[in-house]
Amino acid sequence: MNTTLKIIEFEFKDVFRSRWVILYGIFLLFSVEALYEFSGDSSKVIISVLSIILLINPLLSLVFGSLYIYYSREFIELLLSQPIRRSQLFFGLYFGMAVPLSLVFLVGAGLPLLINVSESIPVILIMLSSGILLIFMFTAVAFCISTSIVDKAKGLGAAFLIWFFFAFLFDGLLLLGISAFQDYPLEAPLIILSFLNPIDLARLLVMLKLDAAALMGYTGAVFERFFGDVMGMVMSFAMLLVWLLAPLTLAGWLFRKNDF
Amino acid sequence: MFSKLFIALMLLVLFSSNSIAGIIKIDKDSPSIAKAVALAKAGDTLLIAKGNYTSSGIKIDKRLSIIGVDYPEIDASSCKGNLFSITASGVEFNGLLLKNVPYNHTSDNAAIKFIKSTDCIVKNNKINNCFFGIYLANTNNCIISGNKLSSTGKRESINGNGIHLWHCNNIHIRNNKVQGHRDGIYFEFVRGSRIEGNESMHNIRYGLHFMFSDSCHYINNSFIENGAGVAVMYTRYIDMTGNKFVHNWGTASFGLLLKDIKDSRIERNTFTKNTIAVFSEGINRVKLEHNTFEKNGWALKILANCTDNTFIKNNFIGNTFDAAATSGYGKNIFLGNYWSRYKGYDINKDGAGDIPYCPVTLFSFLAEKFQYSVLLLHSLFVEALDIAEQIFPSVTPKYYIDTAPSMRMNK
Repeated sequence: MNTTLKIIEFEFKDVFRSRWVILYGIFLLFSVEALYEFSGDSSKVIISVLSIILLINPLLSLVFGSLYIYYSREFIELLLSQPIRRSQLFFGLYFGMAVPLSLVFLVGAGLPLLINVSESIPVILIMLSSGILLIFMFTAVAFCISTSIVDKAKGLGAAFLIWFFFAFLFDGLLLLGISAFQDYPLEAPLIILSFLNPIDLARLLVMLKLDAAALMGYTGAVFERFFGDVMGMVMSFAMLLVWLLAPLTLAGWLFRKNDF
Repeated sequence: MFSKLFIALMLLVLFSSNSIAGIIKIDKDSPSIAKAVALAKAGDTLLIAKGNYTSSGIKIDKRLSIIGVDYPEIDASSCKGNLFSITASGVEFNGLLLKNVPYNHTSDNAAIKFIKSTDCIVKNNKINNCFFGIYLANTNNCIISGNKLSSTGKRESINGNGIHLWHCNNIHIRNNKVQGHRDGIYFEFVRGSRIEGNESMHNIRYGLHFMFSDSCHYINNSFIENGAGVAVMYTRYIDMTGNKFVHNWGTASFGLLLKDIKDSRIERNTFTKNTIAVFSEGINRVKLEHNTFEKNGWALKILANCTDNTFIKNNFIGNTFDAAATSGYGKNIFLGNYWSRYKGYDINKDGAGDIPYCPVTLFSFLAEKFQYSVLLLHSLFVEALDIAEQIFPSVTPKYYIDTAPSMRMNK
């Protein structure tokens, strides 16, 4: 455990030294604050912030996470030659990556949100916690990529592809499906399908707590009843956890099997 | 203050001119209003002193003025029917506080109910927690002004309408406040009436609800946070000017629902923060001009059966969707509106944008067509799609297009 902590501590310094993370924090801080400054309507700001979180958190975690592993390959090999267990090293690397990203996100997005409290605190909390879950999730996915694909360019390509799939393509396919099966009752299938995309799940969790939910009319009301319910909330957060643990276990397994 | 002065003045006039009309005082010593009504002759005035009274229903069949001094409270908890039911003409109610008319599932009991009456005046009364408030049936030429009605019933079935008109002509409804009723103001078969300066808010169902009520004017009223907003149906020749429709928000809520409305004008109204500001179904030859739509979910929803309407010089500011329309050839005209989302330019500086504006975005079109696609509201894919569609329009209906959008806000 001690070794893990040491690795985390080292990485903490290393990640913050790379400035990218700091830049991300500053970007978030300024863009969210600017949204509040320039847009009179706070309910619209929340939606814009949500879009930023859903777009950038996964992208940043994927790209930054996989690149970091690629660039610290020699460091990892060096450490592996020491009497350190692979799982210790893995978790050290993982938390040393995901925790600073989350901290930066918390400060960058959380501060302006909490200063200009425009929505109720629970909504902001749901938003921030789903943002952090997205970071942990996609960092794990990034680790999967960078341990299984040796070539940097290919790995980065895969990272972009995965991001593109979850951020855009999935919803496009969903829309196609909806238009194809519009005559059937789709509530249950849509709830299940939205469970398959963590970005959609996070969006719905926040959206249905906002005023904007009323725009979704009858269909929205059905979903609101599901996601607004304690049971639905628990289920969706459980699903987000599954989305976190599955790639994490896979990454850990790949890391242990990997021939560095 | 004014009512006191008015009474004092009237007393003076009455005593000095040896008028035939008498005054009957009702106070602690002779607290029965029903007895006073029975004693009174047509043309008499009943003066009710400040205090608490109870009544189990009073029928008025002669011309009387019933006037309260400092709002005497009349409790109708024990009423089996209406508190006041009037069948005579020229009856006036002024300065009373009426409360607690119980609900009834078979008859519409009201605090003040006129049946086949004319020339009545209901002025400056407070009506609290009554099933129905002021109810006019088959009644003409009346003034209802300055009343405050409020109710706290939670369900539609046990909570009646504030001001309810059925088969009436030429009624003036002015400066009333209605709160917490089922429908704030309800009309059915009303003609040539004028509704001005009223405030209808927090009603369970509609702030204003009318059907088959031609040739009425609605001027400078406010409809705020009503359960389902305002719904008007099956009516011609309406004039709605300067009204405010504010924060009627919810999955089944509208700022203004228009159903089968013809040859009407809706001008200079403001719609702020409604889920759907104007929902129109089967409206023909309606002029919507100089209205302001601000921060609504949808500013306009236009079904395909709406034709020959004009949407001219309105302001659309910061709505999530400016318009939604199902496919169909509507022949509706959009011209010279200001759209805050408009990104075009105006090279010849004539104040009209050179590029037409299409208020129906791809997603609002899709959401109308496939109801389940609203699930993708604010998703990144949909937002990207909307941008692409704005650059190369290919799917959204061409019938809804503003050929000369205004570059500046219309006054």
